[in-house]
Amino acid sequence: MQIKETPEEYDVIIVGSGAGGGMATKQLADAGLKVAVVEAGPFFDPADPKTMTQLKWAYESPRRFAGTDRAFGGADMSWGDWEVEGEPYTHAEGTTFRWWRSRMLGGRTNHWGRISLRFGPKDFKGKTRDGHGEDWPIGYDDVKPYYDKVDKLIGVFGTNEGRENDPDGFFLPPPKPRLHELFYINGAKKSGVPVIPGRLSMLTKRINNDRGVCFYCGQCGRSCSIYADFSAGSCLIFPAQKNGGQVKLYCDSMVREVTTNEEGKATGVSFINKIDRKEYKLKAKVVVLAASACSSARILLNSKSKSHPNGLGNSSDLIGKYLHDSTGSSASGFVPGLMNRKTSYNEDGVGGMHVYSPWWGDNSKLDFPRGYHIEVWGGMSNPNYGFGFNTNEFNKFFGLKVGGYGESLREDVKKYYGSVVGFGGRGEGIARKENYCEIDPTTLDDYGIPVLKFNYKWSDLEVKQAKHMQDTFEEIIHNMGGEPLGEKPGKDRDYGLNAPGEIIHEVGTTRMGNDPKTSVTNKFNQLHDVDNVFIVDAGPFVSQADKNCTWTIMALSWRASDYIIEQLKQQNI
Amino acid sequence: MDRRKSIQTIILGAGASALAFHGCKTDGEQTVNEEIPATEDTKYFGRTPEELDRIEKLNAEQLFNEHEMESISVLSTVILPPKEPHGGPIEANVPEFIEFMGKDIPEMQNTLLGGLMWMDHKSNTEFGTEFKSATLEQQKQICDEICFHDPEVPLDRQPLEIQFFALMRNLTVSGYYTSKVGIADLGYKGNMPNVWDGVPQDVLDQHGVAYDPEWIAKCIDQSTRNEIAEWDENGKLLT
Repeated sequence: MQIKETPEEYDVIIVGSGAGGGMATKQLADAGLKVAVVEAGPFFDPADPKTMTQLKWAYESPRRFAGTDRAFGGADMSWGDWEVEGEPYTHAEGTTFRWWRSRMLGGRTNHWGRISLRFGPKDFKGKTRDGHGEDWPIGYDDVKPYYDKVDKLIGVFGTNEGRENDPDGFFLPPPKPRLHELFYINGAKKSGVPVIPGRLSMLTKRINNDRGVCFYCGQCGRSCSIYADFSAGSCLIFPAQKNGGQVKLYCDSMVREVTTNEEGKATGVSFINKIDRKEYKLKAKVVVLAASACSSARILLNSKSKSHPNGLGNSSDLIGKYLHDSTGSSASGFVPGLMNRKTSYNEDGVGGMHVYSPWWGDNSKLDFPRGYHIEVWGGMSNPNYGFGFNTNEFNKFFGLKVGGYGESLREDVKKYYGSVVGFGGRGEGIARKENYCEIDPTTLDDYGIPVLKFNYKWSDLEVKQAKHMQDTFEEIIHNMGGEPLGEKPGKDRDYGLNAPGEIIHEVGTTRMGNDPKTSVTNKFNQLHDVDNVFIVDAGPFVSQADKNCTWTIMALSWRASDYIIEQLKQQNI
Repeated sequence: MDRRKSIQTIILGAGASALAFHGCKTDGEQTVNEEIPATEDTKYFGRTPEELDRIEKLNAEQLFNEHEMESISVLSTVILPPKEPHGGPIEANVPEFIEFMGKDIPEMQNTLLGGLMWMDHKSNTEFGTEFKSATLEQQKQICDEICFHDPEVPLDRQPLEIQFFALMRNLTVSGYYTSKVGIADLGYKGNMPNVWDGVPQDVLDQHGVAYDPEWIAKCIDQSTRNEIAEWDENGKLLT
């Protein structure tokens, strides 16, 4: 079979359509460049009634939205989860990594939690701070102008609190706290844990006439049909097209490798069309990888040629190394003060927390470096599969029998409805060379492309941080007058530390730096080895911070896009 | 409530018709109103073609025979007796839901099938009749023996009949409260467009909490939600 080449040549090919790819599409197309976006999944528009799950009821589904078809529940807007059919990945013995992939236009931005946190000044200088990991080649001041622009373009609610490492921004006003969040504020205060309004990318206020304003269904995870939350399709790619941009979408197109010429410069990409299962080639002056940290690493490692025998951009042998996810540990508590609730009102709110706790600790007095923030959930939720399971388990806290049946079950369900509060700690793990993904030559996906093999283990430092999370949660639950649910995970269970990958913030596989021997890209996300290839997903992250990565992905993607435009103007690439 | 109407009333204020916006698709321009796309076709609750195929495949399979389905109906009704005006498990299609889940999560099958046999065996032994045909008093007598368990012992280490009853209770309660009638019984008011403006005062009072005025001053004034946001150069919101 001959590989088909398209005669057209693009200015830029962007591989992937999530946060990083979406932002690059918007910026480069707005600048008048001819752009091809290559996405491994199908087209998706949150406004399409055929695929929409927003405002659907559980009873419209025969399984009442049980998570048997989608791992985060049947209404979650992610096509693909820890497993994607026909696209396996493998592990080094004795290690774990769970890899979430959303195969659809907009990628994981369609279902993510929209928690939109800037990294702070300290987060770019980890090594200087505590000797662990490496400093970024850039600092907060380099990124701040782009964070500002992202805030205004996309919209994020929050408040300016003047906190040193949780920078102020251009916020929309936050929603008022819910009932359980008031309990949390009081409980956390007793332990000296600060609580401030959440920072999430949902429109509590209009930012332009192209997007709607939040109507508080609490379902951002289902992707908003009126575009009142951020997703890369609705907020970046569609607006770029609407703006008259030359944006050609190649959906269902799985990139195999970046193609190069005799001089070792990139000439475009080759991809498999998943519909006709044939391989195609696209040509461009510049290739921008935004396939997600691990997928971009995979593409580069699979792009072997005479000039790049170790994979494209891999002279440092560091592609795939320094893979790291956020740490996570969770707990929940039953709070008697939240029993017997009036159901007279709708408290769905936005699809996430109205309040949260940024990191407050002083690591010099703790046995682990780096912090975590606390996410809070609870309330009178929309009943889905699993609602009412073990409905009167809390009877045990009142010396009552657990179980039974009959009329009393109705009373139990109502008595306890909305009385559980949950906590998730999301923290910073240290980036390590020993944690990596590499090509597994023994395994191909259904498209004939060698897959990734993961090798990742947490260290003691992350385990100690998880212990701190568990102790903090327990104390706050008690402060709220509550009882922790389930057995508190101890050392034997790494204090409930989630397996690597489970927080879905994987970063670091193509880290940036000034020295080509110790980094893969320069500080403008450009490969040291090949000047017309850029990476604008979370691969170039040197460290993760105790913040979610999306806002930083978009700020850096915008910054890299400005650099690409400038370099093309100057005919440097 | 009519979905389209409600969203128009709640979200689109005066002069809002001018705000209807255009969305873009690959195949050219298409007007998208700022209304939630309403679909009456419940066959699609946003499924992909592959997901729909799997549902159809499961629907074509049969897990329980007629007798077992009747037994499930009877038992679920003993577990959660119907109550006016919101009915019970039958009105909530709980038996059909349990059958689907048994096929969707095959790990449940042994417990469900074995448990139903256990109920009939027990009823036959004690009362000389199958469970579904026993009197309500006899049915309750059987359930009373297996409906409580020690919460300190993991369920999977308890006798099968206890596991069975706990599973049936979970599926019955979950099936009922995720149904139209169950949601009405619960009183859940969400999954509807609305404008969140905080916890009502009577609820705050009932639970002994209050809003901090300083905090509330930072929150969205919902009368300004449709004014386009503008900031000064320091990030102070001007609108």
